[in-house]
Amino acid sequence: MSAPEPNALALERPAAVPAAPPVALAGQRWHGARNLTIGAVVLAALAAPLLVQNFVVFQLTLVMVYGLAILGLNLLTGFNGQFSLGHSAFYGIGAYTAAILMNQDVGYFWTLPCAGAVCFVVGFLFGFPALRLQGIYLALATFALATAMPQILKFQPLEPLTGGVQGIALLKPDPPPGVPLNPDQWLYYFTLAVLLLMLAGAASLVRSRTGRAIMAIRDDPIAAAAMGINTALYKTLTFGVSALYTGIAGALGAIVIQFVGPDSFPFLLSVSFLVGLVVGGVGSIPGSLVGGVFVLFIPNLAERVSTGLSGAIYGVILLVVIFVMPAGAAGFARLIAARLPFARKSVAIAATGRE
Amino acid sequence: MKEITRRSILAAAPAALALAAVPARAAKNYGPGVTDTEIKIGNTGPYSGPASSYGTIAKSEAAFFRMLNDQGGVNGRKINFISYDDAYSPPKTVEQVRKLVEQDNVLLVMSPLGTPTNSAIWRYMNQKKVPQLFVATGATKWNDPKGHPWTMGWQPNYQSEGHAYAAYILQNKPGGKVAVLYQNDDFGKDYLKGVTDGLGDKAKMIVLAAPYETTDPTVDSQIISMKAAGADVFVNTGIPKFAAQAIRKAAEIDWKPLHILSSVGNSVGAALKPAGLENAKGIVSDFYLKDPTDPQWKTDPGYLQWVAFMDKYYPAGDKTDVGNVTGPSFCQTLVQVLKQCGDDLTRENVMKEAANLHRFRVPMLLPGIEINTSPTDFAPIKQIQMARFDGQRWQLFGPLINGQAPA
Repeated sequence: MSAPEPNALALERPAAVPAAPPVALAGQRWHGARNLTIGAVVLAALAAPLLVQNFVVFQLTLVMVYGLAILGLNLLTGFNGQFSLGHSAFYGIGAYTAAILMNQDVGYFWTLPCAGAVCFVVGFLFGFPALRLQGIYLALATFALATAMPQILKFQPLEPLTGGVQGIALLKPDPPPGVPLNPDQWLYYFTLAVLLLMLAGAASLVRSRTGRAIMAIRDDPIAAAAMGINTALYKTLTFGVSALYTGIAGALGAIVIQFVGPDSFPFLLSVSFLVGLVVGGVGSIPGSLVGGVFVLFIPNLAERVSTGLSGAIYGVILLVVIFVMPAGAAGFARLIAARLPFARKSVAIAATGRE
Repeated sequence: MKEITRRSILAAAPAALALAAVPARAAKNYGPGVTDTEIKIGNTGPYSGPASSYGTIAKSEAAFFRMLNDQGGVNGRKINFISYDDAYSPPKTVEQVRKLVEQDNVLLVMSPLGTPTNSAIWRYMNQKKVPQLFVATGATKWNDPKGHPWTMGWQPNYQSEGHAYAAYILQNKPGGKVAVLYQNDDFGKDYLKGVTDGLGDKAKMIVLAAPYETTDPTVDSQIISMKAAGADVFVNTGIPKFAAQAIRKAAEIDWKPLHILSSVGNSVGAALKPAGLENAKGIVSDFYLKDPTDPQWKTDPGYLQWVAFMDKYYPAGDKTDVGNVTGPSFCQTLVQVLKQCGDDLTRENVMKEAANLHRFRVPMLLPGIEINTSPTDFAPIKQIQMARFDGQRWQLFGPLINGQAPA
């Protein structure tokens, strides 16, 4: 299968699924600007914890954790076109895997691959019934998973492992000896390293043959099957990989928060991920991080405006964001980039193609 | 890229060090968040989310501190009450409490609401040595002065209620056969442990302890087996839904034990009405607060004071909601602690004085109930009073019962 022209893809794509970033777009200047931006963001991320209070370091760590969880959802929804309201469950499974292992004196470092593996298997298996379901029906099936999770975690026979309603409190990992950082800063860098690794993994996955197959299924499953893509395999695999990403985010979240409990992973968390996904940009890898920022900071902002009406203000902010940036932050960024003189030529096609 | 990274870190480090080196203290005996004119107090509550009906507790607390500040504050210092929404979500509680402690620099955190939420910050507060005072939950584990010397409960905990029921049983049915219905989790087991411990060497009186799961559709079979076991005392510690089912089923099968209903399920509206008021007649339960809907308090000075406060400072608050009684009562207890601290407002001294409350009375606690704490006793309210349902409302009777474990 040959690589589709991104702009051609954008033209044919249904309006509900905004364009992926024009990664394959030529134009060396655009490419240069892009790399420069990524470099600047990474630099800022490296410097940030040395410049701000520990509490803000902690918040930024959580932003990365939620961003990673949203990236997991994005792989499924944004790139493969499958809906999920059940990602709070995968996040919770990842968190509990990490917490239970840490309780058995497994190093926090090693809990991440374990959480990823467990979630991959669970997600992969859940992908099978999902094959028969589409759109809102799949949303409902995954919703069931999300509502079941807190009760499963409270389930009596599992209590020796899960701690029941009490949950599990964890110790904050210390930085390795000789590293002149406090625990919050260390966890930040640890999370950042994991995040960069996972981002690179997601980016190369999306650009690979497999990634193109995944997106082809989203754009037209019948055509994809006609081209010889094993849609069932790719869809279940995507479910597994998506759960793996969100599960690793959950494990990181458990380590950072130092506590897991059944009430930490309600259905509402799934909705938060979905909000972050849409706000950041469906089908955009960096957009997932913007989603993480939104999920963590906007409720706080709404609360600062008015404690009593925080929910209503959050709603208003969400509406405004959706109106101003219908394609999420990623789409908005492309729109801005299209107006910059040096990038105009190369991006204009993609930007207008979306309208 | 590596080069640039290292350089930027090196450049940033001195700035961070300089920030950290500035001392924050204004005077010798002031902890964080205290000045000559102000004391910063933090709080989290569920303004949104699944438990948002409890959000009014924090709102009534904010209203109370507005009144207190209008009256001049505590020892000349105004209270700066900073309350954040945690939506009853433990991760959010951790975030908000860290904000309170590390960014807002509060002296202490008062009455954060919820068992899972407080569990999430339990270790953090004790590591950071920040008082986590008067948590708004009835779990027994908050009374742990040795393991967690920076955390203190407030309301009578479930175990001490269980002790009180045991004392009542021993007094009124010393030869009885006891059946206990409890929820199969920490909260239910707390009650069961309280009753068992309270009966002491008479614990064999318990002929049947039947658990239920919150997912069970009914508790009918448990009630039937209790009657079959020949029980003549029934301790019903279910949440309102199951408490109501149990009351109704007992009436249906004509089982008439001495029926003790826990405070969790004793709401007239949520449990007794659905069960049928006539079925609930004669049931006994326990109280520690003055129920604002009970007409017997109409002329009570404490009640009138509370109504005046609500009218002026929290007119939007629901005067039938017990949460609006609880909030100001938390505040009054805290104010007493701060008064006792005088000008020594360090976190250490706050904990010392919180563990040094003697015969302190709060206007909306039932008459005679006193708050007592000590370095080995972090359970401020232990007394309760029994009440009997007359078919319309609860009638208090008998002396105050001390729910503490018999030595």
